[in-house]
Amino acid sequence: MERVDVITGTTAAAIGVKLSNVEVIAAYPITPQSECVEMLAKFIADGEFDAEYIKVESEHSAMAACIGASATGVRTFTATAAQGLALMHEMLYIASGMRLPIVMLNTNRALSAPINIWCDHQDSVTERDTGWIQIYAQNNQETLDSIIQAYKIAEDEDVLLPVMVCIDGFILTHTVEPVYIPDERKVRDYLGIYEPKHAYLDPDRPITQGPVGVPECYMETRKQINDAIERAKEVIKRVNEEYYQLFNRRYGNGLVEGYNLENADTVLVAMGSVCETIRYVIDRLKKKGKNIGLLRIRTFRPFPKEEIKEMLEGAENIGVLDRNISFGLNMGALGTEIMATLRDKKICNYIVGLGGRDITPRNIEEIVKHLEESKDVETKWIGLKE
Amino acid sequence: MGKRFPREELLAPGHRGCAGCGASILVRMALKAAGRDVIVVNSTGCLEVFTTPYPETAWRVPWIHTAFECGGAVASGIERAIKALKKRGKFKDRKITVMPIIGDGGTADIGFQALSGALERGHDIVYIMYDNEAYMNTGVQRSSATPLFASATTAPAGKRSKGEDRPKKDMAMIAAAHGIPYVATACISYPEDLMKKVKKACEIEGPAFIHVLQPCTVGWGYNPEDTIKIGRLAVETGFFPLYEIEHGEFRITYRPAKRKPLKEYIRMQKRYRHLTDEDIEILQKYVDERCKLLGLE
Ligand SMILES: Cc1ncc(C[n+]2csc(CCOP(=O)(O)OP(=O)(O)O)c2C)c(N)n1
Ligand code: SF4
Ligand SMILES: [Mg+2]
Repeated sequence: MERVDVITGTTAAAIGVKLSNVEVIAAYPITPQSECVEMLAKFIADGEFDAEYIKVESEHSAMAACIGASATGVRTFTATAAQGLALMHEMLYIASGMRLPIVMLNTNRALSAPINIWCDHQDSVTERDTGWIQIYAQNNQETLDSIIQAYKIAEDEDVLLPVMVCIDGFILTHTVEPVYIPDERKVRDYLGIYEPKHAYLDPDRPITQGPVGVPECYMETRKQINDAIERAKEVIKRVNEEYYQLFNRRYGNGLVEGYNLENADTVLVAMGSVCETIRYVIDRLKKKGKNIGLLRIRTFRPFPKEEIKEMLEGAENIGVLDRNISFGLNMGALGTEIMATLRDKKICNYIVGLGGRDITPRNIEEIVKHLEESKDVETKWIGLKE
Repeated sequence: MGKRFPREELLAPGHRGCAGCGASILVRMALKAAGRDVIVVNSTGCLEVFTTPYPETAWRVPWIHTAFECGGAVASGIERAIKALKKRGKFKDRKITVMPIIGDGGTADIGFQALSGALERGHDIVYIMYDNEAYMNTGVQRSSATPLFASATTAPAGKRSKGEDRPKKDMAMIAAAHGIPYVATACISYPEDLMKKVKKACEIEGPAFIHVLQPCTVGWGYNPEDTIKIGRLAVETGFFPLYEIEHGEFRITYRPAKRKPLKEYIRMQKRYRHLTDEDIEILQKYVDERCKLLGLE
């Protein structure tokens, strides 16, 4: 039976993993993710969840063990953040290159130095080219739902790529919200058991996985990954609808979610929990007669170019919020990509909330004001100390 | 030997290994001992490269390669996945051996942490370190398993250098310090001893670690037809003693009637050609001391 619990984002993710019938977990603790893997360990210790749990000695090994397990044909999970994700970097490419449907929770956290355990998106944005699908959830409910959806997407024959569910460190990981917990049987029926059809390690059917990719074939493997992540767009949209039919919740079209976009000349574009703050500000400004829109990017990879073009067609002032910075370009990743997608628009890029700096409603209002007054493309850092 | 171990070859001929490569000999023997119910894990290195240039493969058993430093971790994941699959009823009443076959670089250096983690966690794996005493795949750079005074491309002999300036890291004893049920050393020149050890390792529950010395024509500098002879000399001189540690019990498995002088072994290899008789004397003393420690007079 569906029930409501008041829980943190990490707990929501752990419950999602349990509901998804994951068979092998390999993980290493790091703030602000640790509660997730602690919960999973406790579920197993209490006999509520029958997964194999490998207490690896590093995140590099966590991803390596997930790769080994997934290549043997079972459903796998790991969770990490920041330094842990950076340590996995090499293996991220191997997971996607071997087309393994691994699912990972990344609790977004700033990268050292200086060491900082608080939220920004630098860690996962840095991994955008690794061939992983990236879903940015905006609240704890979406975190749980996205984990379940992630398996459906990753294991789809048209996709077969790993998925990273990204949630804002502390803002979601350590804040409780009411979350609908779907019925366990219903989720299990929906996902089924993971049974790979093509490549898996089995003495009864010996195959070679991970051979040398000579120049005659390597480039094709890249194209295949690129095609698969492109196809993932349709799969993500379909899964979003299926999920709605079964569990009564959906997130825009799965790739993007618009808010108050009709008749809005000024539109903000953002990812993650800040979208809830933006919505709050939009509602407030509406009462004052101002019409501001929001385009939330839910999947940074695959990047929803078509939707962005379509939904921002009428917008005149576009402000992109980035919780990351590309040093030497003075822009964030989302800003750069929106600009590449909408070449004729005036787009300002706002660098916000690095290393846990709060993004307040007042900051959002400041952005709106700047955006409306600005004459040209510009990057502005918001919330810096004087 | 012919009677107890199958004729069937699970590593196909026609791979790209050098003529006389000790690594391929090792794999053929290890797979004969393990049989078909095996999953092999390789790390980046000679063996992986010469057996699998896509679309060819020499492996007749399931095989996986991911990266250089994670053989132990990949094997851990596979072992647990098999456990999970058994819960679903797959591989009923079968013992599937998960066998990382990893180079000295992938074991003693960059993959040391992943190995230690896998041993410490008690995974049921048979970890074979194939030791050619350097990073052969990338051009004979030194590893921590390169022996004292051997010349390697990052520890070259020269006017002010005798080559590698540190003694060989003792991986078997380090593995044994993890308290695992089975540790052994072996050499491809002693096939029966090697295969018996692999077979035992497959049968024992829990982690097993076998350190196998594997002469390499390119890195050591000798003629391909001498591979087996060089391996024999490594053992007969006491440079590489053969033993096993089963549930904590140490046992020498091959005792040379009389140890040969180390010089015979050294003088066959170009990587040592810069050494004077006095240098070899230093090495001889070092070998004598280690043999004494192991009870191999
Ligand atoms: C992280 C990383 N660093 C370096 C390399 C380059 N590299 C590939 S194989 C290798 C040496 C392998 O040595 P070893 O494990 O002894 O195997 P061998 O080639 O001698 O059989 C090196 C340095 C790599 N592939 N990955
Ligand atoms: S370089 Fe040495 S280890 Fe590598 S294939 Fe040749 S003989 Fe074998
Ligand atoms: Mg080597």
